Amino acid sequence: MQMHSLSFDVSHTLAGGLVLISFMMLYQDRLYSLLNVFALHALVLTLSVAWQAYVQNAPHLYITAAIALVFKAIVIPVALHRIVKQLGIHRDIESAVGIGPTMLAGMALVALSMVLMLRVTAEADPLAREDLAFALSVVLLGLLVMVTRRNAVSQVVGFMSLENGLVLAATGAKGMPLVVEISVAFSILIAFIVIGIFLFRIRERFDSVDVSALDDYRGEHR
Amino acid sequence: MSGVILQMACVAGLLGLAVLAIFLSRAKGATAVIYSGTLVVSAIALIGSLRWLLGDTANAADLTLPIGLPWLGAHFRLDALASFFLVVVNLGGAAASLYGLGYGHHEQAPHRVLPFFSAFLAGMNLVVLADDAFSYLLCWEFMSLVSWALVMAHHREAGNAKAGYVYLVMASFGTLALLLAFGLLAGPAGDYGFAAIRAAQHTPYAAALVLILMLLGAGSKAGLVPLHVWLPLAHPAAPSHVSALMSGVMTKVAIYGFIRVVFDLLGPPTWPASVVVLFLGSITAVMGILYAMMEKDLKRLLAYSTIENIGVIFASLGLALAFQANGLKLAAALAFTAALFHVLNHSFFKSLLFFGAGAVLTATGERDMDKLGGLIHRMPFTSFAVLVGCVAISALPPFNGFVSEWLMFQAVLQSPDLPQWALKIMVPAAGAMLALAAALAAACFVKFFGVTFLSRPRSGAAETADEVDRYSLTAMFILATLCLLAGILPGPVIDALSPVTAEILGSAMPIQANEAWLSIVPIAESRSSYNGLLVMVFIAISASLAVFFIHRFASHALRRGPAWGCGFSDSVPAAQYSSASFAQPIRRVFGALAFHARDHVEMPAPGDIRPARLRIELHDLIWEGIYAPIVGAVAWSSEWLNRLQFLTIRQYLSLVFATLVTLLLVLAIWS
Repeated sequence: MQMHSLSFDVSHTLAGGLVLISFMMLYQDRLYSLLNVFALHALVLTLSVAWQAYVQNAPHLYITAAIALVFKAIVIPVALHRIVKQLGIHRDIESAVGIGPTMLAGMALVALSMVLMLRVTAEADPLAREDLAFALSVVLLGLLVMVTRRNAVSQVVGFMSLENGLVLAATGAKGMPLVVEISVAFSILIAFIVIGIFLFRIRERFDSVDVSALDDYRGEHR
Repeated sequence: MSGVILQMACVAGLLGLAVLAIFLSRAKGATAVIYSGTLVVSAIALIGSLRWLLGDTANAADLTLPIGLPWLGAHFRLDALASFFLVVVNLGGAAASLYGLGYGHHEQAPHRVLPFFSAFLAGMNLVVLADDAFSYLLCWEFMSLVSWALVMAHHREAGNAKAGYVYLVMASFGTLALLLAFGLLAGPAGDYGFAAIRAAQHTPYAAALVLILMLLGAGSKAGLVPLHVWLPLAHPAAPSHVSALMSGVMTKVAIYGFIRVVFDLLGPPTWPASVVVLFLGSITAVMGILYAMMEKDLKRLLAYSTIENIGVIFASLGLALAFQANGLKLAAALAFTAALFHVLNHSFFKSLLFFGAGAVLTATGERDMDKLGGLIHRMPFTSFAVLVGCVAISALPPFNGFVSEWLMFQAVLQSPDLPQWALKIMVPAAGAMLALAAALAAACFVKFFGVTFLSRPRSGAAETADEVDRYSLTAMFILATLCLLAGILPGPVIDALSPVTAEILGSAMPIQANEAWLSIVPIAESRSSYNGLLVMVFIAISASLAVFFIHRFASHALRRGPAWGCGFSDSVPAAQYSSASFAQPIRRVFGALAFHARDHVEMPAPGDIRPARLRIELHDLIWEGIYAPIVGAVAWSSEWLNRLQFLTIRQYLSLVFATLVTLLLVLAIWS
């Protein structure tokens, strides 16, 4: 019983930490720091998944955790670092919406997901309930990052953090097969590769990765 | 060979001819090959269905083909109702093929007509034979699409593209309504076979909804006001023998669908349903003929007159529903027989009149009545056949139109037996409307015949017109003979219809073959009877006597004097009565209400040498009141939604995000 409540507390803390780091992402206006926070995000996700693997006694989740650690916490941030460096935009400061309103919107989204999830999943296992609520918050905050940013790289980061929320939801529920997680992870990797290529193509053509340049190109900037 | 297999073989033959026509249509002689092919196949199908209708209709024949949806197959069935409508379809098809043998030679683009003509006949046969909702809808759509292709055959002529577009929109709308109706009929169990639908119980709400959806779906195809807008555009746009098929036959297929669902599948009717059908039918009859009265284009006038006849048929069906709902079996059978009889009659004379209009078009190249005139001298045979059609459609004895309308009014006279006061008041009112429509139809066809065939030619084309070919004339005379035969011998027709009423209503009119002197007696000898043969003999004798007396006793002296007047002193043909001047009294009486009609006299100032002009202002209130606002709303909203195509990437992302959050909020608030 003691063990059970400890496991609950730890996974709760880790999932809450993930939401907190999502909030940190909201106010990073430099790309390098945003990437660092994203690496931290992935690291906490790794810990959370690993803890779930230990608690649920499901060894295949360790593989998921390893994938998260290797790809999301190391490979992708490092690759994005290099891209940012190659593109020469590491000094750019960008934020389409002010930090204050963004933070307020983030809080509202977390409140919404809490209210919704706790109400909808009234009969579910309490651990899974809270886990799902946190996961939905992470997904919504990731979307918020995508919406409030103008730079394509930071939109990619928002997308990746959104995907972290999905993995959190998937591991929180018992009995999710490994295949699902692996396929999600690889699809993300492929998405990352495609987006990376696109970034360079956009850059080649427009001398910028600011997506508003695309709108100018369409002749429909309003 | 079982009846249904014969019919399906004929359908296969027609489809085969359609495929053959695709390959042949640019070859010389393709017109003759294809139309003789469709003539032979339609005649076989006609004989087969007629034998079925007159012979053993007691046992229906089923056929399941392993096509269509997997594991379900396509069900086809031949019963009395289907065989009657097959008679109508294939008679019209055979007549149109015969006419097409001659008329088709003037076709500029036979490759746009031949394949679809044959496929159109096949489609109409299939709709009538279908025995599950899926096959029914599929065949219905096939029929609609193929007829659309025929409407678009001369797509470069002004207005035809619009006609095709409006037709396509209305046909899809109608099919959507039918789809929903069949969905409701099948219910949650989802068995789409007609047998299962017939056996199932339908709740009153579902039945009412199905009735409304059928009025929308079948009504839009048949041309029920206010869903008729496509019909006067599309029917005249097709080549004339196809117009005849669309007006004379395809609208009947729509009526078949209505009867099949509302009378057969839906179970016992309720009386409020009859009020709706009766009301719509009588409004349609009056509005249709008023529109026709205002029209000066031959084929458009005929198309509007089709709307009137559809109204008459729907009104009879409404009467049948009213009597059936109250258990007045005999009166219901009478009204239903009147409706079916009118279906048959209308297919005869409307095809005949469209053939006549096509003959005029071939001979003169004109559809505008005000440029015709005097054709009775140039085209005597066509004129005679069209005259028979005009007399028949005006419901004058001894022709067939009179019999069916007389039967309908006999049914109207049974209304005091109805228990509901709403119906007691409604039915005579509808009867008055139908009587008005019948009178206006007579006026309309006096105008049709008088302006086109009598008087003096109003254009060079009308002056030099030549009689059309023999195939066209044969087709017209066969139909004219049928009009006369059905008029003077209505008894056998009624007896042939009795298995249909017995199947659908469970009762039938008394057998007429037993009556003396070929009379027809709908209820009892003491109440009313009609003898077409006697009336014809009387008309023939009195007309001969009149001719004899005029020739015998009138003065033989020739008088030649200055034509000083009687309104005809001006020798310019344009000064004759035109179609607009013929319609003027009726426009004065009804036009202000129905069309907001105004006459404007534009008088030039003294000293100005401009001529004075009379301008007539007519409004199509149904188009302006119902369709124009819908068109406007669609245009406005698509203009507005069009902006969504030109957002930036971030705006699209925000849109997705906002949608997600809104949905989550809805869930959070409502769950």
